[in-house]
Amino acid sequence: MRLLEFQAKELFREYGINLLDSKSSINIEEGRKHAKELGYPFVIKIQVPVGGRGKAGGIQMCQNDDEFELKYPQVMDLVIKGEKARAILLEKMADIKKELYLSLFLNRSKRCYTIIASSNGGVEIESVKNQIIKEVGLGNVTEEIAREVAKEMGLEGKTQDGFVDILKKLSKLTVEKEAELAEINPLAIMQDDSIIALDGKFVTDDNSNFRHEELQKYQEISEIEERAEKSGFSLVELDGNIAVVGNGAGLVMSTLDMLSDNGGKPACFLDVGGGATTESVYEALTLISKISKVKGILVNLYGGIVKTTVVAEAFLKAYENNLIDLPVFARLKGTESKKAKEMLQGSRTKIYDSVEEAINAAVMGIKN
Amino acid sequence: MDIFDLLKGKPEDSDYMKKGVIVQGITGAYGSIHAKSMITDGTNIVAGVTPGKGGQKFEGVVPIYNTMQEAVNATNAKISIIFVPAKFFLSAAKEALEAGIKLLVAIPEHVPIRDTMITLELAEQKGAIVIGPNTPGIMIPELIKIGIMPVTPFKAGKIAVLSKSGTLLYEISDALTTAGFGQLITIGIGGDPVNGTRLIDAFEMIKDIPDLEGLVIVGEIGGDSEEILAQKIIDTGFNKPTVAYIAGRSAPKEKKMGHAGAIVMGTYGSAESKISMFNKANIPVAKRPTEVPVLLAGKM
Repeated sequence: MRLLEFQAKELFREYGINLLDSKSSINIEEGRKHAKELGYPFVIKIQVPVGGRGKAGGIQMCQNDDEFELKYPQVMDLVIKGEKARAILLEKMADIKKELYLSLFLNRSKRCYTIIASSNGGVEIESVKNQIIKEVGLGNVTEEIAREVAKEMGLEGKTQDGFVDILKKLSKLTVEKEAELAEINPLAIMQDDSIIALDGKFVTDDNSNFRHEELQKYQEISEIEERAEKSGFSLVELDGNIAVVGNGAGLVMSTLDMLSDNGGKPACFLDVGGGATTESVYEALTLISKISKVKGILVNLYGGIVKTTVVAEAFLKAYENNLIDLPVFARLKGTESKKAKEMLQGSRTKIYDSVEEAINAAVMGIKN
Repeated sequence: MDIFDLLKGKPEDSDYMKKGVIVQGITGAYGSIHAKSMITDGTNIVAGVTPGKGGQKFEGVVPIYNTMQEAVNATNAKISIIFVPAKFFLSAAKEALEAGIKLLVAIPEHVPIRDTMITLELAEQKGAIVIGPNTPGIMIPELIKIGIMPVTPFKAGKIAVLSKSGTLLYEISDALTTAGFGQLITIGIGGDPVNGTRLIDAFEMIKDIPDLEGLVIVGEIGGDSEEILAQKIIDTGFNKPTVAYIAGRSAPKEKKMGHAGAIVMGTYGSAESKISMFNKANIPVAKRPTEVPVLLAGKM
């Protein structure tokens, strides 16, 4: 799961990483209280699970009550890359001398944690210059390695010690919480040469959630996603109007691509898993019926051993129970497909021999 | 360790072309279905392991043991396939590797990355190959199937198919078979961020086989294993007809698309990055699965 900045900072604080005073709120009443406690000036920061919020106006300086009353609601109402504010963080202003970059990430191809550090931070990682990259195995970063990195960055004296301390603490946090990414950007050198984490990004391995009850409070999951997860499905909501359902993540992605290539707009990605049963397809239709923007459903099931009649039963049941009243464009690869077609005769579900045909029909049939 | 020696053996071996396979978690709902299916499809399942069920027989035929060590002692098998729930994967994998298994096929999805990495460290020490986790498995069509794939899409032949996705492996192999391209071997890499056998490792396994007449790479967004493989193909001068397919071109950034590994962060893991590397390696990238055999025929 991807933690919001203030959540990442809660963990940073727990592990002794230096931070500025800050408070998170979910409405302006709470925010006003925090403004009094912190005192001006401070920064208003939108909490969204995507990057690029500074450019989008999601970080605003605030000097007094008037500015607060104006800017808090503005920032709260922003939608950044489709994401609404989850909270607002008020954070004291910093007197910064220099901005650094530091991250630890799980290197997939090298199969170990890797440090990326730079003395030129504060910009997106793609633009960070003079990157120092060091592979560090699966355990904690040692004092020696941390110091080596600090020296390579040209840090000396108190800032070198401060950096070493933060890197070791960040590494301990990363290993213990099984994070895929822990990033501090910028990591600031203050006027007094102390080092402070100004921002925080923290992504954990969802598959290790069962070992980390302490992180459950950070889990953000919509009702529909939660229900999908319980059924063993993967669901990602998208912006369009054609729901895309299939078995296997690769196959569903492939179907999304072909639909988009043909001018269709997917409303969701729904992978029902390797097999397909009457129950699983019915449950998938139930989930889709809860997404209001859906105008039609594109189904692509590939199962060498799946009986298509079993899938056809799910559609018939869904119409019978008034669960859906939407056209379904289905490509069902499997056995007994002739019989399945007969079963669905006269219903709003049409079965096509190839996924290309099903997609064309869906795009033609559903015009926005 | 040569993958074909493991899967087929050598003509002088007593079990040549019928290598024994142990199924870990053989009495579970999923394990039992697929153990039956593997037997039907001709794989020599010599033992199963389920703690507490030692002494029983699966389907009245296959002996069940409590531990991997007992199963290996009794059968001398070098291949194992794991069907246990993700949270028990690490202990099952350790048991298999400690018992001397040399080819471990890891089916479970949702294995924590840390557990996969610990397994791979041990496998390296033991000189063992791990396929997966979150893989459909590995097969030589019409000879041996260690996995969960249906056999109908596959046919023996001379094309190697390496795939991150299960259902796309079936879909694309089906299209290849229909077009007359049988498969020499198919290897499921798996949809996880960390894979026991990476695309590049799978390539190393098959690239020098004299019978090989073509290669199909089925990738998807996430990570950089396709890019690394493309670079390897450039560096080695591998010149057999090769075609790629990449799923997830239209996926939004920073969203996991079903597979734990299928996520684009910034430009890392993007379809554009993979496609441009394949183009650089002079490998055409199909826009849809059915285009794969067409492009392959064009390279022949």
